[in-house]
Amino acid sequence: MIGIVAEMLSYPFLVRALIGGILVSLCASLLGVSLVLKRYSMIGDGLSHVSFGALSVAVAVGWSPLSVSIPVVVLAAFFLLRITESGKMKSDAAIAVISASALAIGIIVTSMTTGMTTDVSSYMFGSILAMSREDVALAAALSLIVLGLFLFCYNKVFAVTFDESFARATGVRVSRYNVLIAVLTAVTIVLGMRMMGAMLISSLIIFPALTAMQLLKSFRGVVAVSGVLSVAGFFAGMVLSYVYSTPAGASVVVVDLAVFLVFVGIRMGRERKRKKGEAWRAGEKDRKRAGRETRAERP
Amino acid sequence: MGLLLKCEHVDFGYENQDAVVDVSLEVRTGDYICIVGENGSGKSTLMKGILGLLKPTAGRIEVSEELKRAGIGYLPQQTEAQKDFPATVFEVVLSGCLGKRGNRPFYSAREKNAARANLERLGIADLRKSCFRDLSGGQKQRVLIARALCATDRLLVLDEPITGLDPSAIQEFYQLIRHLNREEQVAILMVSHDMANIVHQADKILHMRQRPLFYGPVREYVKSRWAREFLAGEDAAEEKAGNAAEEKAGNATEEKAGNAAEEKTGNAAGVSADGKEDAT
Repeated sequence: MIGIVAEMLSYPFLVRALIGGILVSLCASLLGVSLVLKRYSMIGDGLSHVSFGALSVAVAVGWSPLSVSIPVVVLAAFFLLRITESGKMKSDAAIAVISASALAIGIIVTSMTTGMTTDVSSYMFGSILAMSREDVALAAALSLIVLGLFLFCYNKVFAVTFDESFARATGVRVSRYNVLIAVLTAVTIVLGMRMMGAMLISSLIIFPALTAMQLLKSFRGVVAVSGVLSVAGFFAGMVLSYVYSTPAGASVVVVDLAVFLVFVGIRMGRERKRKKGEAWRAGEKDRKRAGRETRAERP
Repeated sequence: MGLLLKCEHVDFGYENQDAVVDVSLEVRTGDYICIVGENGSGKSTLMKGILGLLKPTAGRIEVSEELKRAGIGYLPQQTEAQKDFPATVFEVVLSGCLGKRGNRPFYSAREKNAARANLERLGIADLRKSCFRDLSGGQKQRVLIARALCATDRLLVLDEPITGLDPSAIQEFYQLIRHLNREEQVAILMVSHDMANIVHQADKILHMRQRPLFYGPVREYVKSRWAREFLAGEDAAEEKAGNAAEEKAGNATEEKAGNAAEEKTGNAAGVSADGKEDAT
């Protein structure tokens, strides 16, 4: 195992992928806790598709991918948040429409210029070679901001996630936090997308939070555990991908899925045990009562 | 009796549309005021204004220095997302101290003690480490009241607090609020549909239909035509007489036949009639 990791670390592109990927998955998981609990999971999915569209256009025109995608996806994040908050349009439908449209535009632009080559496939499903030095630096800056947010504004993040109306009444600028979280999510998705793939990146946001929620009873616990799970899952997925030559993004998602299923299993096991315990105690009472009754009946 | 909050001829509105017109209201220490009215009568808008979430389009709201410093204790309606939210009771209650923290990042021992004291006060100290999502409706309500009391124990603003509670929890809830109001002098401002119970609970009623139709003591309210209209719908479902409120409501049923406008009010009251049926 250590040998394999050492071997992986001897390739510079893999070192970049590991560092960048770990930072991105950490950010995704922390932001994901807030998004999942606020029922905004679909925003992550929508943004990844918009990001694919923007990236395709940028490559076709020959601009630098990040400088086009980041502003476009940030704008999309504002827009999706507005749709979800106003509640005028059915937000899940609106997000689905936007995702599909962005994806369609991306595919058409790519096929008209470069043709449906490996490029499209690597955007869709990720490529381990995608992490450049520039990306890693940006990922580091992003994770500093996200960690800072969760460390110094932890209580406000909690309040805004748990109960927006109460937070607003106590003087927290709720919409500011919502926008901040959406923008950070947008940047995270753009950074992670080319490695994880447009179709798979949203799992980095959703899986760790959902997994941690199965067993943890406190918000603090959920935040901490989803961060750890996300980083560990990413690392395990990369090792898996290296050993069995499977696609990196998909391997990470499969590891996350496995951990999720284990957590669900443990939770269900616990619940059954508790129910059994309750049933046993109830049964015990019945038996005792029955015992008393039969004794009373006996003359 | 200290003045906590005073509205003078305030209007609230959204985009050229007046939702609330010309409300004057005073809240003093130890008051128990209920805001009633049909859906869309401006109750919630008025409440948002009192909480400082909306700016009045006319008139002014005066808030006592004390409340400005401490903030208003607010009990919003529970949201869908809270049903499976992983947070301990202590985390939720402690978040009530947020307003006092300003921009300082962490809670101090003083705030943690305040949160503990409020858990004791509401008799849920043993639930401290329980998960919010595992609690019953009544327990959740207590946790949220404890959180509101962390912000201030001067004024509690409650938004349709009994929604989703089962009958025994509703009675328990009213007892708790009455206790806080009578024994601890917490002023209560409640928006509610539950006419049947609040005429026995509150001291003052503000009946809204864009403008205030009635504002005054419950004793006078139950004699007013607004109460008769409002209770009329309820009376059909609820035949239990025995107190002034319902006697008057009884009269209203006779008047009802000829009064088309009142039909509408009756519908709104019908909602609370259901609540009452459950409660008794």
